[in-house]
Amino acid sequence: MPGEALLDVRHLCKRFGGLVATDDVSLAVRRGEVHALIGPNGAGKTTLIGQLSGALRADQGQVLFDGRDISRTSAHQRVHAGLARSYQITSIFKNLSVLDNLALAVQARSGSSLSFWRPLKAERALFEAAAAVLAQIGLQARGDSLAGNLAHGEQRQLEVGLALATEPKLLLLDEPMAGMGPEESERMIALVLGLKAQRAGSDNPLTVLLVEHDMDAVFRLADRISVLVQGRLIATDAPASIKRNAEVRKAYLGDELDDAHGEAHGEAHSSHGAPA
Amino acid sequence: MTLFSAAHHRWLAMLALLGLVVFPLAMQALDQSFYIGFACRIMIYAIAASSLNLILGNGGMVSFGHAAFLGAGAYVVGIMMEEGIVSAWISWPVAVLASGLFALLIGALSLRTRGVYFIMITLAFAQMMYYLFISLKAYGGEDGLSLPGRSSLELGSLSLNLKDEFTWYYLVLLLMVLVLYALHRLMQARFGRVIEAIRENEARMEAIGFATYRYKLVCFVIAGALCGLAGALLANQNSFVSPKLIEWTQSGTLMVMVILGGVGYHYGGAIGALVMLVLEEVISSYTIYWQLPVGLILLAIVLWAPTGICGAFSRRAQHGKGH
Repeated sequence: MPGEALLDVRHLCKRFGGLVATDDVSLAVRRGEVHALIGPNGAGKTTLIGQLSGALRADQGQVLFDGRDISRTSAHQRVHAGLARSYQITSIFKNLSVLDNLALAVQARSGSSLSFWRPLKAERALFEAAAAVLAQIGLQARGDSLAGNLAHGEQRQLEVGLALATEPKLLLLDEPMAGMGPEESERMIALVLGLKAQRAGSDNPLTVLLVEHDMDAVFRLADRISVLVQGRLIATDAPASIKRNAEVRKAYLGDELDDAHGEAHGEAHSSHGAPA
Repeated sequence: MTLFSAAHHRWLAMLALLGLVVFPLAMQALDQSFYIGFACRIMIYAIAASSLNLILGNGGMVSFGHAAFLGAGAYVVGIMMEEGIVSAWISWPVAVLASGLFALLIGALSLRTRGVYFIMITLAFAQMMYYLFISLKAYGGEDGLSLPGRSSLELGSLSLNLKDEFTWYYLVLLLMVLVLYALHRLMQARFGRVIEAIRENEARMEAIGFATYRYKLVCFVIAGALCGLAGALLANQNSFVSPKLIEWTQSGTLMVMVILGGVGYHYGGAIGALVMLVLEEVISSYTIYWQLPVGLILLAIVLWAPTGICGAFSRRAQHGKGH
């Protein structure tokens, strides 16, 4: 059902020594929405993504996904449950071709990989599914290139493609536009909008939790926005209300917002890092 | 990455196989039968080094205790023979199974660590086993165990005489070829892709849904079991087993073979075993201080061909294409 919570985070806490990275965060991501998570550098956004994906263990609190408590399950089990992440710092298999990268992610969800004899090349179903994702992320022309030889923007697309190829219900995108020029950002926005449109209205709509510093992208993509400051969630609301929220403006958005909604997108992009 | 093209590769392998098939006939004709046994030793070490290359080269797990599995396989055959079980059909599979189980135990614990800790913990396990067999007086202790002969091998009503150098040679050759072919298939299959990808980026493999620990453990067990087979053959080859097989220097030798031949290259282990043992043989016929020149040659190879012999050839082949 659209509208109910697909991901339900309850009172999550994570400390690194004296540093409180996640401070009693409760957050619900509804099925079918693009939910943006914004906040200044060091607010704990990537740490939170790490706890949701299972790469990091929370000290306290619960993560419920699709009605199940997944707080104690490992990262790979969460992927099978339908929760996949992309990385802020590109993490692809540079020695494999682009298609092989995607086929590997398809392989993870289709049958056992304890297969020791049958050549991988003969498994056409894997590569057909991988080719479909390749088309989705707009890299058809680059399928045979080594992933390490792609341009930065293309690597970012593949980064998202790897998560997508696991067929997630919830996609955790950690700064997909990181280091991108305006044109590349535009392509990434179109990609996310396209994915959303493609699966809208089905009983399996795509849900996205998006961490991003590019406010233009955030306000064009997000149905709702949550703001994280120093490990604490200070607001969750519709974009228009977030824009007016005094506390948010004081803690983070400030002038950034006015930029993002000026006509000159190009200028805003060149300084889309958060204010210190 | 590949040594010449795939077609060249196949031709070279076929040529090498042909050479290996006629080798004992040629040696006999030249009245140099000693070298038949020497070649057997090389092929047995080729199996052992290739099994190490699977975890070290393909899987990126730097194990410094691989001799433990060589020793486990050898001692299983030795102890069973001492107890009167001489059939290869029983003792060799038991050797493989026991080494695999032993690898499961060591792997399950050591694969929870990484980097230098992994190196140390695998070394520690091998050393524990070394001292265990030293203190096992019933089976020779420090002096080792001399075996009355070789295992017996019946094929239906046919009984192969493994003491015959020719029979023994072709059996070892067959097993080496089977092991290398199986490793080739494994690396081309799903499993091979998974372990190579884990070596490249383990965190991402978890993040796309692979239980990486499990795959690494299976890889470790396969390598241990194959090395156990090499151990079983080595016990027969030498008609002798001793704790020396498990000593850390033996693990080091296997590692040097892999580095010499080419880490992660399919024939890296085999070529490393060949070159290492031939160097040792040739130089030790001139001087008892053979370790020094062998060491210097190794140093030179590591300095000038850090990707090993296979790597150096593949680079030369790529240069060649440019002209």
